[in-house]
Amino acid sequence: MSTPQPLSGPSGQVPIPGEDVSSGATMSRRSLPASLLVGAGLVVVIAVVALVSFLWTPHDPLLVQGAQRLQGPSGEFWFGTDRFGRDVFSRLMYGARTTLLVGVVAVGIAGLIGTPLGVLMGSSPRVIGEAVMRFNDLLLAFPALLLAVMFGAVYGSSTLTAMVAIGIATIPVFARVARSGTLQVLSSDYALAARSAGRTKLAIAVRHVLPNISGLVIVQASVSFAIAVLAEAALSFLGFGTQPPTPSWGRMLQEAQELVAVRPSQAVAPGLAIALAVLGFNLLGDGLRDRLDPRLDDRRGTG
Amino acid sequence: MSADALAAAHPKDPTVSVLEVRDLTVVTGGHTLLEDVTFSLGPGERVGLIGESGSGKSLTALAVMGLLPEGLTATGTVQLRGVETDLLRIGERERSGLRGRRLGMVFQEPMTALNPLMRVGNQVAEVLRIHGTVDDREDATQRAQRLLADVELPDPGRIARRYPHQLSGGQRQRVMLAMALANGPDVLICDEPTTALDVTVQAQMLQLIAAGVADRTSGLLFISHDLPVVATVCERLLVMYGGRIVEAGPTEELLTRPRHPYTEGLLAASDLEAVDDQGRLPTIPGAVPPDGRFPSGCVFRNRCPRGDEACTVWPGWSGSDGDGVACWYPSEGRHG
Amino acid sequence: MLVQLTKRTLLLLASLVLASVLVFWFLSVLPGDPAQVALGTGATPEAVAEMQERFGTDRPLTVQYLDWVSGLPVGDFGVSYVTGATIGPLIVDRLMVSLWLVGAGMLVALVIAVPLGTLSAVHHRRPLGTVLAGVSQVGIAIPNFLAGILLIGLVAVSWRLLPAGGWVPPAQDPVEFLRRLLLPALALGIIEGAVLARYVRSTVLNVLREDFLRTARAKGLTPARALVRHGLRNAAVPVVTILGLQLAVLLVGAVVVERVFVIPGLGSLLLDGVANRDLLLVQGVVMVLVLAVLLLNYLVDVLYTALDPRLRAAA
Repeated sequence: MSTPQPLSGPSGQVPIPGEDVSSGATMSRRSLPASLLVGAGLVVVIAVVALVSFLWTPHDPLLVQGAQRLQGPSGEFWFGTDRFGRDVFSRLMYGARTTLLVGVVAVGIAGLIGTPLGVLMGSSPRVIGEAVMRFNDLLLAFPALLLAVMFGAVYGSSTLTAMVAIGIATIPVFARVARSGTLQVLSSDYALAARSAGRTKLAIAVRHVLPNISGLVIVQASVSFAIAVLAEAALSFLGFGTQPPTPSWGRMLQEAQELVAVRPSQAVAPGLAIALAVLGFNLLGDGLRDRLDPRLDDRRGTG
Repeated sequence: MSADALAAAHPKDPTVSVLEVRDLTVVTGGHTLLEDVTFSLGPGERVGLIGESGSGKSLTALAVMGLLPEGLTATGTVQLRGVETDLLRIGERERSGLRGRRLGMVFQEPMTALNPLMRVGNQVAEVLRIHGTVDDREDATQRAQRLLADVELPDPGRIARRYPHQLSGGQRQRVMLAMALANGPDVLICDEPTTALDVTVQAQMLQLIAAGVADRTSGLLFISHDLPVVATVCERLLVMYGGRIVEAGPTEELLTRPRHPYTEGLLAASDLEAVDDQGRLPTIPGAVPPDGRFPSGCVFRNRCPRGDEACTVWPGWSGSDGDGVACWYPSEGRHG
Repeated sequence: MLVQLTKRTLLLLASLVLASVLVFWFLSVLPGDPAQVALGTGATPEAVAEMQERFGTDRPLTVQYLDWVSGLPVGDFGVSYVTGATIGPLIVDRLMVSLWLVGAGMLVALVIAVPLGTLSAVHHRRPLGTVLAGVSQVGIAIPNFLAGILLIGLVAVSWRLLPAGGWVPPAQDPVEFLRRLLLPALALGIIEGAVLARYVRSTVLNVLREDFLRTARAKGLTPARALVRHGLRNAAVPVVTILGLQLAVLLVGAVVVERVFVIPGLGSLLLDGVANRDLLLVQGVVMVLVLAVLLLNYLVDVLYTALDPRLRAAA
């Protein structure tokens, strides 16, 4: 313990280059944070794979070939074949489509409903805002997985019910983020100035709040996307999400479960795909936060 | 040899300075934040370190305490009376043994400097127990209450059981002072101790600091940007700008006959009665450069009314450590 | 303090009532008549009517709701339309199994997260800190069922060290109980540990920046002792908050892990209920899970106040 711990100074006196305590803040001025680059890279790769799967896959991902069951990885079947003789690599490519579709729809539902709701509650009278937020907190007690199982029980399991359920379960998260951002903006000097100039709260919300909270919402969208990918995988794994024969990573993992000791690649491949997708969106969210959050630029030092 | 044994070997000698800082330089990533800071502190002596925000005052204090943020490296020497080794070269464990016992510090912000989850009495008692200056828990509690009484906190027994949030800013700063003085340190460093306080409690706090160091014959390094405050407490002043000491001298002399144009600017800016011929309050033109990017040569030359080509080279120090100036064109009136 | 506690308790009760209405509406009203659901479309009207009478579903919805909800406090969840089994005891049995799993999983998570998070905070901006932060970032991205499958493949199937699944109650055979609990607890806990480590890291990072920690060092504590004596208690307050909320997440996460390891917990009961279209059973399990989440939130609030004297005074 010979080196002193980072400790903040009593006031922002001499700013110390490269010694701000928040990670990535110095970097964000000059170069992009590593998490943003890696995260965006992973997301782009998955998106490209999903797009390519519309045009080309090495094999038909749905084609059952009894003679080719449980092949190991080879020049023809890069990741081998599953127990129906279907090409695992082609199914992974197709699965990227399912994953992105679920993420986009779920986050779209949550963001498009939750964000305006949060802004509205943030600019409503305090009593109403608080009351609706209490209800919002109650909805947070229904995790995406639980809600999706309930949806499955009532409406039957499908990709649609899964993504709608995940989306609905995520609305309160966006509402909360948007509301706290709105309250913050509305208490700022320029919003107060606009109010004293006679503008209504709602007009200010549209003119000042939405642009200012967009960063928060984008970061939340990226993080929620990662959670949606995980939730969809879990649901498909349980049989509540995407139904066979449509390939989905969670389902592929479930089908490979019994074979894990014999053909570990069958479980590792979709598992790795899920992990990389989640990692990508989480890192993207982190990197965006580092770049967009102005508080991280508040560099502290000692003088 | 341990720092304790060394300290025991040297009784308090009024002729030896308690703290000697020589050529203290602090750098980070090729960027110099403090350069060649040299000063000393006699026993019972009260020295003020003044300058605007960003001049390097707090950094000097942290370097002496050994509490520099990670990534900053200090060179030069910091010598504490009775400790043979330079403080910048001893290990963290030994340094910890000196902090709180031989070196005490009061920070600027009383609202955040105390642990919010710990009763203040225990926080004072802790500094006694860390250094083994008390026999047991009971003794520590008693001594802590006496220390709280020393800083004139009413009903110290009751205050001791309070949490920081239940005290006012002034009361918290008294607790900080009680902690810093608890083990009778050789050196007390106060970094803007009254800046965050109401004007009405500032004077009391200053009195307590002065009385506290007088009782213990500790050397006081008092950091402030506020000239009138420093002038009431300190016998000698160091004026800092751009990470360098630009002028030093006895308080009276320095305030009446400043030599460095920066000192003159500070004095003029703190004189609220003075106005220029257009009725404006005098200020030092320009501002402390952002990111600490001071010019080469004389650090003040870009804001200095007397700056010219000569100032592109650092003027060097003329005079003694305790009384001198670093300027190519110092004002007349006082021997250099 | 007491006022605050009363307020929070009332809020909890209101939330529970509202949640029960939502659950009842979603699972008893939306799907249509349970007798019809249970018997299928081919059933004769007489059979449906008889079943309606037997289960009381011919009564008005408000009466049915009050009947259901008034049983909840005493653990009466009704009788399954499909199997005829009493739901209450079934839920209690399965809940115990899930609680063992969640408790063990949280223990594993804490053992991983506290040192990992603290170390990566203390080594912030140094190689070790970056590597540890990366490890937890990767850990978060791994689904717990993948961890479970890989653990089974490796530890149970390849090395034959532990059973691949199943459940033995602790009272029956404590050793076998632990052997079967270990892998699912690891699958749940390792991933949760990565999640928690990030919270621990950011909390400790915040605490490291606190002025009072510098004061502690100015008093003569070494960096490590200052962190332990003054930092960790302060870091504990936000971490406890997260812990409570994560327990709820873990309870739901256990649904999937139970499926992987064939553990007869609440999750398996829920999934079986859905598979059998046993909606009253599903309704009961969902209600218990939501109750657990709300109760944990409530306890976190109360505990938070107890840990922080500033809030204690304000309350």
